[in-house]
Amino acid sequence: MNKYPIWKYAIIAVALVVSIIYAAPNLFGEVPVVQVSGARASVRVDDAMRSDLEAAVKGAGIALAGVDAAEGQATFRFADTDAQIKARDVIAPKVPSGYVVALNLQANTPRWLQALGAKPMYLGLDLRGGVHFLLQVDMKAAANKSVERYVGDIRSMLRDKKVYYSGLAREGDRVVLRFREPDQRAAALKLIEKEMPDLTIREQAAGDEAAIIATIKPEVVKKEQELALQQNIQTLRNRVNELGVAEPIIQQQGADRIVVQLAGVQDPGRAKEILGRTATLEVRLVSEEHAAGPGQNAFMQYKDQPAPFGTDKFSDSEGNTVVVKKALVITGDRIKDAQPGFDQRDGRPVVSMALDDTGGRIMRQTTRENLKKRMAMMLVERNSTTVLTWPVIQEEFGNRFQISGIGDVAEARNLALLLRAGALAAPMDIIEERTVGPSLGAENIAKGFKSVVYGFAAISLFIAVYYALFGVISVAALGANLLFLVALLSMLQATLTLPGIAAIALALGMAIDANVLINERVREELRAGMSPQMAIQAGYERAFGTIFDSNITTLIAGLALLAFGSGPVRGFAVVHCLGILTSIFSAVMVSRGIVNLIYGGRKKVTKVSIGNTEWHKAQTPA
Amino acid sequence: MEFFKIRRTIPFMRHALVFNVISLVTFVLAVGFLVARGLHFSIEFTGGTVMEVTHANAAQPDRIRDALGAAGFKDINVLKFGSSQDVLVRLPLKANPDPRIQNEEMQKQSTAAMEVMKGVDATARLVRTEFVGGQVGKELATDGALALLVVCVGIMIYLAFRFEWRFAVATILANLHDVVIILGMFAAFQWEFSLPVLAAILAILGYSVNESVVVFDRVRENFRKMRRASVDEVMDASITGTISRTIITHGSTQMMVLSILFFGGASLYYFALALTIGICFGIYSSVLVAAPLAKYLGASREDFVKPEKKAAEPAMP
Repeated sequence: MNKYPIWKYAIIAVALVVSIIYAAPNLFGEVPVVQVSGARASVRVDDAMRSDLEAAVKGAGIALAGVDAAEGQATFRFADTDAQIKARDVIAPKVPSGYVVALNLQANTPRWLQALGAKPMYLGLDLRGGVHFLLQVDMKAAANKSVERYVGDIRSMLRDKKVYYSGLAREGDRVVLRFREPDQRAAALKLIEKEMPDLTIREQAAGDEAAIIATIKPEVVKKEQELALQQNIQTLRNRVNELGVAEPIIQQQGADRIVVQLAGVQDPGRAKEILGRTATLEVRLVSEEHAAGPGQNAFMQYKDQPAPFGTDKFSDSEGNTVVVKKALVITGDRIKDAQPGFDQRDGRPVVSMALDDTGGRIMRQTTRENLKKRMAMMLVERNSTTVLTWPVIQEEFGNRFQISGIGDVAEARNLALLLRAGALAAPMDIIEERTVGPSLGAENIAKGFKSVVYGFAAISLFIAVYYALFGVISVAALGANLLFLVALLSMLQATLTLPGIAAIALALGMAIDANVLINERVREELRAGMSPQMAIQAGYERAFGTIFDSNITTLIAGLALLAFGSGPVRGFAVVHCLGILTSIFSAVMVSRGIVNLIYGGRKKVTKVSIGNTEWHKAQTPA
Repeated sequence: MEFFKIRRTIPFMRHALVFNVISLVTFVLAVGFLVARGLHFSIEFTGGTVMEVTHANAAQPDRIRDALGAAGFKDINVLKFGSSQDVLVRLPLKANPDPRIQNEEMQKQSTAAMEVMKGVDATARLVRTEFVGGQVGKELATDGALALLVVCVGIMIYLAFRFEWRFAVATILANLHDVVIILGMFAAFQWEFSLPVLAAILAILGYSVNESVVVFDRVRENFRKMRRASVDEVMDASITGTISRTIITHGSTQMMVLSILFFGGASLYYFALALTIGICFGIYSSVLVAAPLAKYLGASREDFVKPEKKAAEPAMP
């Protein structure tokens, strides 16, 4: 009686050993590192570059704790964050463009543990510090933009084929084409149906004017929105790489949202400025036929008037009105590179641009045909478009040119970064933001750790005194529970948040319930006059039903939180649910195993060390 | 060692009326506070910005409040947070029908507020900010309410399988009464109701329902065993038999919760507070409210003495 078969002991032993291995990395802490990696997967840090950088760091007199090379990146380890930041300042200027230099914390796990795939728990931003953004992609704006594009395509197609219309415009999400002559309308209809299969076309007669109304097919809209979202994610990834953040998380959430999590970012303000901006460059020709003269005030007469037909009206940074043609020369997607710099003549900040081949060809052709006319370089942002500069074209442009009219050096640097990283396919807004300083993160870990330790100690003391040896066994089972939970969280790499640590504490506080149930039951059976071995057996067997019950209701609450919770509360729910599973195993299997080891082998057990159960003997039990 | 050397049955049911009056009064009070004052929702639900700002010296919330007021900020809330150097500043959502402009304005607002605080004390340093846009806040509030609903429905379904309907109804009523009392306390003292507090309430709901389950399991067992006893006697015997275990387990859990309350820091304070109230009321209501409720609903021996096909559930300690 009260003996476990070998395989049950084996299960417990394996569970314990595996848990110890996978929980162990949490003990080793983290070291500050500087990581150098390629901005793209194809760009790798080679041995020569790594040893150059290593020599540079050593040359600057900074104590280097070690260098690792893996997967085309180099990791320089340091003893403290001071050395880390100094080293970053040494390394950053030596690294050519196309590489990312990032500060990071790396787990100090011994190699043999790493080889087993053991990693410490994955800490949430509230514990390690960093920024979290939830961005909402404005799909409506993206849809309008693509309708706008169809308007342009239809216009040029009809012009090519010499089909005449009386009106063409976007109305909401529809393209509306008006005709005076029915035969022209029929021709247009045929053309559009043939050339643009993504459009749904409807005819409408209103008075003596007949119209064609075209809408983009819903499945095409859906596909375009998915593409827009993907392009936005890619653009964000490029921008984040420019920021030098290690292990950024950029994920789609739902149909039109993107989550960005940047751990350990020191300057959330700059991150926000870079991520949220929709800046893209547009180059258009200035509408010289409407200009009153060559000066800055050439378009004064349009200041309070609508822009003439076929043109748009914007302001430059000094507040002058500029009227430009609707047709685009080039946009930001033709940009190959953009670097901040200074104008060689007046020393003002500029951005030097390099275009791709197509962009260069268009630029060359346009500038050749429009010599002595003016061209506007415009920065298009979410709610505003600014004409940066509108110089007279003095000579033919090539692939390379400069943009001036930028406020200061910092703006030039940001603008270069944004132009380089590519434009967003659809504008985005930050709808949720959380920033946690690194010191606060460390403080949160310390506080969470303290609550678990002190709570655990208090419960252990109480239970050990109250239930004697059975109490000590319960505490051992509770310890095993904590070990299992930490190991499971480390294995799954589930995000641990501050509420998650609270959930660990709470899971332990609730898990002791199972042991109390068992111990009370064993006492009761002893009181009822059962032999010790029988009482232990009956106690465990009968308590199991209750333990199972009590955990089901807790599990219902945990699962509901998991389904509806978000952010740190989701972290709570994950730990809460896992804690229930580990506590059933440890309270039932592990504690029984220990009890069986102690009592099971003996022939005759006269007394069970579970506290005094004899007090009631003097009187009849209730 | 044993705390509860209970030699005879404690006549809980004789005082059932007293317990019910206490419950009713606290319940009505809680509802009154909820209606009159309402919950002090965190920005997670309402939308807005929270900034945690630390200073090298003791912070001066009053001066910060005045300075922000003078700079044109309205409805701001400046509180000490945790240690004396830290303050928590809440900026409400700007009323603007266009969420896009609203979000942008909120971003500008927090930057401006930080400038003002640096003016008050140059050592002011931003350690944490949280911004929740209006639409996200609404979603979080809906999700929270849904989670509560799903937990209640889930537990009811479980109880309906497990018990006769009277017990199921009594259990869920007794435990929802706990939830209302926790909410009432949060309303009465205007403690901040945040997502972690909601998580605590749901966790405690799952936890204390179990207590009623244990008592009712014992009631069922005793209805079968004590053939000649009255309903009251059966309930008394069942509560007496389980009360020691109830107090020990809740006491142990409470030790852990107190540890979070004292050492977990300001961000977990209300979370632990909600758990504390929940555990204390959970002991009382899941045992002393649920049983009389079941009796009023007409739970009787006949529901159990009828021969059942199902084998008896394992007896509860």
